[in-house]
Amino acid sequence: MAAIFQGIGTTASLSTSNSFDSKRFQFPSRRSYLSERKGNLFVMRSEGRIIGGSKGRGTSPLVTSAVASKAESSSTSTASKPGHELLLFEALREGLEEEMIRDPTVCVMGEDVGHYGGSYKVTKGLAEKYGDLRVLDTPIAENSFTGMAIGAAMTGLRPVVEGMNMGFLLLAFNQISNNCGMLHYTSGGQFKIPVVIRGPGGVGRQLGAEHSQRLESYFQSIPGIQMVACSTPYNAKGLMKAAIRSENPVILFEHVLLYNLKERIPDEEYVLSLEEAEMVRPGEHVTILTYSRMRYHVMQAAKTLVNKGYDPEVIDIRSLKPFDLYTIGNSVKKTHRVLIVEECMRTGGIGASLTAAINENFHDYLDAPIVCLSSQDVPTPYAGTLEEWTVVQPAQIVTAVEQLCR
Amino acid sequence: MSCAFLSVNIAQPNPLTSNRHSTNAIKLFSPSFLGSTRKLRPHSLSKSLPSPSKSLRSSVFAVSDVVKELKSNLLITKEEGLELYEDMILGRAFEDMCAQMYYRGKMFGFVHLYNGQEAVSTGFIKLLRKDDCVVSTYRDHVHALSKGVPARAVMSELFGKTTGCCRGQGGSMHMFDKEHNVLGGFAFIGEGIPVATGAAFTSLYKRYVLKEADSDAVTLAFFGDGTCNNGQFYECLNMAALWKLPIVFVVENNLWAIGMSHLRATSDPEIWKKGPAFGMSGVHVDGMDVLKVREVAKEAILRARRGEGPTLVECETYRFRGHSLADPDELRDPDEKAHYANRDPITALKKYMIENKLVNESELKAIEKKIDEVVEDAVEFADESPLPPRSQLLENVFADPKGFGIAPDGTYRCEDPKFTQGTAHV
Repeated sequence: MAAIFQGIGTTASLSTSNSFDSKRFQFPSRRSYLSERKGNLFVMRSEGRIIGGSKGRGTSPLVTSAVASKAESSSTSTASKPGHELLLFEALREGLEEEMIRDPTVCVMGEDVGHYGGSYKVTKGLAEKYGDLRVLDTPIAENSFTGMAIGAAMTGLRPVVEGMNMGFLLLAFNQISNNCGMLHYTSGGQFKIPVVIRGPGGVGRQLGAEHSQRLESYFQSIPGIQMVACSTPYNAKGLMKAAIRSENPVILFEHVLLYNLKERIPDEEYVLSLEEAEMVRPGEHVTILTYSRMRYHVMQAAKTLVNKGYDPEVIDIRSLKPFDLYTIGNSVKKTHRVLIVEECMRTGGIGASLTAAINENFHDYLDAPIVCLSSQDVPTPYAGTLEEWTVVQPAQIVTAVEQLCR
Repeated sequence: MSCAFLSVNIAQPNPLTSNRHSTNAIKLFSPSFLGSTRKLRPHSLSKSLPSPSKSLRSSVFAVSDVVKELKSNLLITKEEGLELYEDMILGRAFEDMCAQMYYRGKMFGFVHLYNGQEAVSTGFIKLLRKDDCVVSTYRDHVHALSKGVPARAVMSELFGKTTGCCRGQGGSMHMFDKEHNVLGGFAFIGEGIPVATGAAFTSLYKRYVLKEADSDAVTLAFFGDGTCNNGQFYECLNMAALWKLPIVFVVENNLWAIGMSHLRATSDPEIWKKGPAFGMSGVHVDGMDVLKVREVAKEAILRARRGEGPTLVECETYRFRGHSLADPDELRDPDEKAHYANRDPITALKKYMIENKLVNESELKAIEKKIDEVVEDAVEFADESPLPPRSQLLENVFADPKGFGIAPDGTYRCEDPKFTQGTAHV
């Protein structure tokens, strides 16, 4: 609970940057421009194309027709609607509930998701509406109920598994690695595993080492899964919906401190693309790549940087696996300097992989070595001061940019 | 080792389907049904070799309404007997051929053969419908065959050819077949039990949430004695009993987990006793006798189909070969092997059918010949099948290949022709 209230404190300081983001978000990257134009339902996709895949067995094109017709019939004008304001965890719940209404095979499984409403209230009220079977309170057996979700997915359901804290999913690693990631391949494409595994992770407010883990680095090597991280109510809802609709197993990383972020999101239905990054603030001097909570530290640092005369381009990579090399690449080609800011550990983290990917693909465009700011390779201490020093702070980001742009 | 049926009256209602929103009345465990299982007395596990016919006629007596009133006091009709015999012969001949092919260098890796345990697979799986699911471990060739996967598909898979049931991507330990609902094939023991629990959950979900009143598909989870010391086993027993999932947990207790004797690894070796600890029936049966297994299986599968919950069935069985083809099998006592070799399930069934004048020798010989031809044909087919081409490499990594991400040029990476050719680097 402490984490949530602390989160409210951060909300206040972040609200300005939030509105800053949402205004800036409508900026001219091809995709968002197109979608903004459409007005009613828009699906964020590269160049607005629908990829009809028939590669291998069992692939299906992204389903949009059902959703599009629904939105078109409900909205009357293309003028931007005022939308409604909500907190991030409510946005997640809204996305989840919309998908549950749309598809009766979508179900939720996890510890305390039903009667308790979820440890961070993401599933509050759902069990009363949809029943105890559809919003399943499981015993404390992560490996087995994750495996159960996988078996259910193989036989036709679309479970959303909640890890009460992402760290608990370490107990489900066997199932996530072996079955979630591999089964589609080892069965020769016969069975698909459309599960969504989600939960709060990241460093909170003095939660201690075991509750402050960043599992994205451990899961990123597993072939066959996708990983996304949400950071705003807008992308939380969109990514939740996209993850549920995806035929692939998706791990959705939420952050304990971001659940109380408030934002105004559109009334009409929208689904975001799982593979795309989000341009938060376009700029010219340096590309700052980040995700999840560090986005807010970066935006805070960006304010300072702007005052000092720098023009950073901030991209929320959102898709941790696979990386959106298009958005990232375009940015690198423009600014020639890259700074990665992440909460993951230094060794083998997302930043490490991203550094390698950028070096491999865009080496010619770099004027300076990539700088990666990650959390220290330290089990997150309980003491507040120590915890602060393990995680990247805005001041460090400012210093790093100054050094990079020298 | 003594054995018995232990059934427990489950007093608590199913927590999932008995809430105020459910419109279905939940049938609790009714004592009379449990009473019927008490009449089903399996054969006691003794070291002497009982003759199947005598013991079956006197002690095994099925009361469930699925078993028709038999005109004779035999447990099977001629047709059923021939079906069971054919299935067991197929399992045996196929596995023997696998060994041959392995030593000839046609298949590689870890191959675990099922010789000696055919009674369990045949006894259980031949009672299933097509929409029932089977989940197994790495010793899964015969489970797939019993469920109806063509021998050709399994053999090709073992040879690593593209016509295999998993396109050659799974191998011996990963037999999957969507059409026949074979959900694997898992290399880590215990890993498949939660998957089986999930398949059973889907069956329950379809019935109570999607309101498909005829959804009563049952799932069978097969695993060994070693798995019964694994956490996933216990976690799933708990969940299955808690939600009354339509699943049967079948333990193929062949007393050995590679080289680890069951008695050296388990504090209480009587696995069937662990069922009642979770509130489900625990049953022990002689797994070398297909008719006894079949009687127990009927009961357990019916119970699951009626929505009355899971059963834990421990089948005492034995594998005639080593753990895998790489196992020298030096630890097991030759006397123990001889003892079980004398209880070969195929010989036992043959004896039963001939003594009870269900069939004559020539009919059985005809079946054996037919199976020989099936297996030969499977090998030929596998031999002639093509190896997987390079283009197959990346096809099944994702169900939706957009998961490979967006390339630097803005297109999805899966649109790159190198993906269909299999030469792209991921």
